[in-house]
Order: sequence, then C-alpha cells, then structure tokens
Amino acid sequence: MSSKTLPLLFINLGGEMLYILDQRLRAQNIPCDKAKKVMNDIITTMFNKKFLDELFKPQELYSKKALRTVFDRLAHASIMRLNQASMDKLYDLMTMAFKYQVLLCPRPKDILLVSFNHMDAIRDFVRDTPSILSQVDETYRQLIEMYTPLSGGEFQLIRQTLLIFFQDMHIRVSIFLKDKVQNSNGRFVLPTSGPVPFGTQIPGLIRMFSCSGDEVKRVQFRSAGNYSSALREGSFEMYGERVIKLGTNMYSVSRPVETHMSGASKNSAQHTKVSTAPNPLAKEELNLLARLMGGLEVRKPANPDSRFRVNLFATDEEEEEALISRPDELSYEVINIQATKQCRVSALLKATTTGGEFRPVTYGYKGSNSNHYATSNSCEYAHIEEILFGL
Amino acid sequence: MNGEKSIQIKSSASALYNNLSVLRIAPRCLTYFTVVHANVVNMVSASWDGLNFSHRQLQSKEGNIAASSSLIMQASWCVLPSRELLVLTSQKGIQMYESDGSIMVYWHALDNPETPTVTLPKTQTFIERISSGSVLVFDIPSKGSNVMLSEVLEEHRDAVTDMASECSGSLEYMADLVTADDSGLLCVWKSGEDFQLLHKIPGFDVSCSSVKLWKGTVAAGYGTGQIRIYEAVTGIVHAEVNAHARWIYSLDIAPFSGLLLSGAEDSLVRVWHLTMNPDANSVEVEHLYSECITDTQICGAKFCDGDGYAFAVTGYDLSEIIRYTQA
Repeated sequence: MSSKTLPLLFINLGGEMLYILDQRLRAQNIPCDKAKKVMNDIITTMFNKKFLDELFKPQELYSKKALRTVFDRLAHASIMRLNQASMDKLYDLMTMAFKYQVLLCPRPKDILLVSFNHMDAIRDFVRDTPSILSQVDETYRQLIEMYTPLSGGEFQLIRQTLLIFFQDMHIRVSIFLKDKVQNSNGRFVLPTSGPVPFGTQIPGLIRMFSCSGDEVKRVQFRSAGNYSSALREGSFEMYGERVIKLGTNMYSVSRPVETHMSGASKNSAQHTKVSTAPNPLAKEELNLLARLMGGLEVRKPANPDSRFRVNLFATDEEEEEALISRPDELSYEVINIQATKQCRVSALLKATTTGGEFRPVTYGYKGSNSNHYATSNSCEYAHIEEILFGL
Repeated sequence: MNGEKSIQIKSSASALYNNLSVLRIAPRCLTYFTVVHANVVNMVSASWDGLNFSHRQLQSKEGNIAASSSLIMQASWCVLPSRELLVLTSQKGIQMYESDGSIMVYWHALDNPETPTVTLPKTQTFIERISSGSVLVFDIPSKGSNVMLSEVLEEHRDAVTDMASECSGSLEYMADLVTADDSGLLCVWKSGEDFQLLHKIPGFDVSCSSVKLWKGTVAAGYGTGQIRIYEAVTGIVHAEVNAHARWIYSLDIAPFSGLLLSGAEDSLVRVWHLTMNPDANSVEVEHLYSECITDTQICGAKFCDGDGYAFAVTGYDLSEIIRYTQA
C-alpha cells in the first residue's frame, strides 16, 4: 500500500476538526479572543515544522489508536478542554466526514483538491497572523512538491490505503442523514448522476474499428445512470479555484452536529478479529509516535483561569449520557502520553523498548512563537503494554 | 439476470482491484470464493445446491509461521495442469497454499512487493513486484513444495496492476500472457524456456487496472472507465467502450461464450458480448445487461463458470458476495 498516505490523512482530518471546533466555539458563544486563540494555537501546533517533517516521511499509516492519540493531543494544544465523550464525538465526525470525501472523490487525484479545500479554509482562519500563515504556506509547498508529480494510479493506491483505514466505519452523522448523503444504516449514498470525473467520457458509446484504424460502427447503449459532462479541472496550485466542493466547510452555527451510536454497533460483528499475538510493528509505531509527539509543542497557559471547556453535545447531561452509553467496540482506548519533562518520558520509553532503536525525544520546541512549556506536576504515563499488544 | 441468494462473508471486502477470485470444483459440486479484507483472506466454499457453505480465514504471514498485520494485495487461484494453488500476495511476500487454504506450500519474501498473480496452463505462476514493475516467473512442480523462481521479466517501469493468460484453452494463439501497468502500458508475451516479448501496446497515461486475454484479444479496463479491446500481437484497437463513469476495478471473460463482465466504482456491473470476425479481423462489442449495486463501489466481479451463466460481485465495505444468474 502507499507510504505517502499519512500527510493527507492528517491534514484532512485536522481540517475537519477545525471546522467542527470553529462551529462549537461560535455555538457556545465563546468570546472572540479566546476562540481565536484556540484556533491559532491548534493550527500552529498542527503545522509545526518538526512535526510535519516527521509526517511527510514515507511510512505506513498509523493504527486508529495511534492517530487518535495524536488528535487528542492536538485538540488540547490550547486553553480549550474537551471531555472524553466530546473528544470521541469529535473524532467520529472527523473520520466519517473524511471517509465520505474519499469515497465520493470523482478521481483519486481529486483527494489532493479536497486537501487543498481544507488548507484554503485553514489559511483563512489564520489570515491575520503572518507567522502562522507562513507555516501554512510552507505546508502548501510541501504538499505540492510531494503530490503533484504522482500519477493517477499512485493516487488510487493512496485512496485504497485510506479506504482500508476507514473500513467498516458506519457511524451515523446527523448532518449527513439530514442532507441525505448517508443512509440510516450508516452507509453513504453514492450517486449515479452528475458530472463525470475530469478525463472520463459519459458512458454509453461503443466504437468499433477496422484493422486499418477507421471507425466502422458506433452503437449507443443504455447506461443506467444520468451523467453529464465533466466540469473543468480544479487548480493544484497554492491559490486557485478547486472546483470540487468536497472538503469545504459544511457546518454553520445553526447546524448542530450529532452522531448516533446505535446504528453503528450492528456492524461490530463484522470487525475482523486481528491476531492477539504481539504486533512487531507496534514498537516501530511507538517510536514514530514519540517522535511525532515530540514535535508537538506542549503549551499550558500561565493563567489557568483562561481555560474553558467545549462540549460537542447540546447539554452537559447529553455529554454524560453519551459517555456511558458508548458501545465498547467503538471505544478508542486513547494512549495517554502526556509528555511533560524530557528526561521522564525518555526514560519511560527507553525502559520499554529494546535494542536501542529509540532515541531521546526533544520536548519544548523552541520556535519564535513559543511562550510556555509544560510544567504540570502530575505526569500521566503511557500504558505501554496496551500499545504493544493492542495496536 | 436474477439476483440469487448472496453469500455472507466474515468480513467486508477491501477496495482492491479484482478483489474476488472464484474456483469451480466440478467433481465436488462446489465453488470456492475468496475476498480480501486488509490482512485477511475470507474463503467461502459454496455447494452448488445452495445449501451448504463453509468459511475459512487466512491471515497474511511473516516468514512462514508468524501471523502478520501486513496488508494483502490479492488472493487468487492458479489453475495448473496437475494442481490448483491459492496464491496470496502481501506487503511482505507471497504465500502459496493448497487450493482449500489448508496447507501452506511455499513462501517467498519480497522487499517491496505486491499484486496480482496469474497462471499459464503449463507449470508456471507469475507474481510481480510493484516497485520495479518486474514480473517474477515461478516453476511449480506437479506436487510438493519445490517451487523455484525461474525468470524475472523487466519491461514495465510503472507498477504492474494486473496480468492475464490466454483463457480460451486453445493453443493456436501466439500470445500467452498480457501484463498491464499504472501508465496503461500493456505488454504481450509468449511463454517458453524464456519468455519473449511480442508487443508493447502503449498506454495513454491512464492506469489499466484490469486485463483479460481471450482468443488472441486483449480486453483492458482503465481508470477513466473506458474498456478497450485490442489484438494482442499487433496492438490494433478493435473497439473502445465508454463503459463506466468511474475507475474500473474488475474485468472477467467467460471463455466458452465470449461474455465480458466489468465492475467499477460507479456501482455498476455490466455484461457485454464479444463477437470475433476473423475474416474482417475485427471484434464486435455488444452491451447486454447492467446491474446497479446501490451505494456500493464494486471491487470484484467474476463469472462463476466458463459459459458465464452466473457471476458474482463484491463491493467495498460489503460483507457479502452477491450472485446473479441468467434468467
């Protein structure tokens, strides 16, 4: 499968996360300056150079658990807190949204246009802050450099890798159900009408040729679909019209986002029981994760009163209820790596890996924007056994 | 066509090209089906009376013992004169099993492998490596596990996506094998002591995801949804069909009747008929039938028998094999 999938997965999921958080911050009437700070902090963390350099290296996709851990950390990169239930719901929404976008992409290459839609929105979120803007622009350049030379077949491989990651996820999302893009069984509606992808002809024509190359016969067949000509191709440059709407922000203050848990549990029986033998890849993944997390700047505000909690549900009671009633098979079992002091975590990880493949992680990245480093007293250690045997 | 009873499989199909393989075992009135889900192969054996089904799952392996999480790219049966083998290609290597999946016969590690396998009606199997586009030729003994790599064919520069051997059963055709890659290039070969490249049919920068060879004629399915029919040895285009609105994932031919089956991401399965006109050196293509599997991107479509009386379909995220028979 493709070793170039992770950056696209991360950026698109990150983009969806920002759309949802932006909507919730406005819906909960969080003061403008605080809301802006949250968005800026998360975006700065997401586009941290060291972090992205790790991400863009050719590698296998992370497990769902590992990726969820990264996003957990990202969501808490600022003064905003999320309870477990809200974080679960946020992640459900992000993943189902991107799954939808990947499935409905007309051509595999259009996944890049979807990614640019997310990037364009992110750039808009930080347009007033030049320092973050330059990080975002740098990421555009990295995306263009890595992905524009790829062929259609290589993009299809990336798409197939993403679809394996999203396999069997059928969580019902209220906004999708309302818009009739998702069925009540959690499966997405795949239309058989609309414009064909760029480069494809409308189905229906058979042309037959003589051995000298002249067309000798044309036949139309009934194509059982209602297709129209392709739209023009979207732009793959830093600025430009993307044409494709997938990946643009579908949320607004008046459209709340809910997920339904009950429909999803029906499909749990179809989850393949992966072998319970220790996964030899887990150690490698742990190292990667540590390096990645090391690139994630940890910020805690000087003033603890500036912190606030965001709820992905309409009320606190609903949030409480969601946590209790979430089916076991949908539990993400987040790895709690709260890396605080450098030596502590280094020692921790060294103790659990063998062979010296792990090198010390540097925490507290010194960037021009960095203000504070984590100084929390309590340090939650990773459940290493869980990682090695559960991934 | 009638929809027949679907066969449930233990886990859903992954979005991989040609993700369905069918083996008909006439002496036992059984048909085997395999569908790949991530690092697992689901095998179902179905009795022809429709009453008995049995399931087995095979997992990809590291070396020849340890279970692995490495993803399987394809699982298909290779029908050789004296035996049938089930061949799995994963990210780590190739595993060959006895046809019912019960015993692993051979393991071959690859550093950056994958994809499809095909058999020639002699004693060889082919698997190719995606990184270099090379095609590996193995010699398979009529029994036992003394499998040997006999040749490496290096002609493709892009990843090889599918291969097909001449399936008409006749020896009168010169071309034995066609290989296809991500640039749309098709290479046509003659087997022998050493394989001989007969012709290269250039692509048009669109991936060819599925290919079939029948009576010296190549049927190729492309990412643009087009099917093209070529004369194998010369590369002459016989026909161009604007068949699907999305990427084609699977093609199959029923060798006794000339029926062609295509399945694509656009949720449609279509049945066509190919008629040869040897005097005019042309091929006629006729559309016979289409079926829409609602809200499903098709990843495998295969005939269940040589006449094309029945066919089976798999789709991404679908945990069943849907079957159709002629009405």
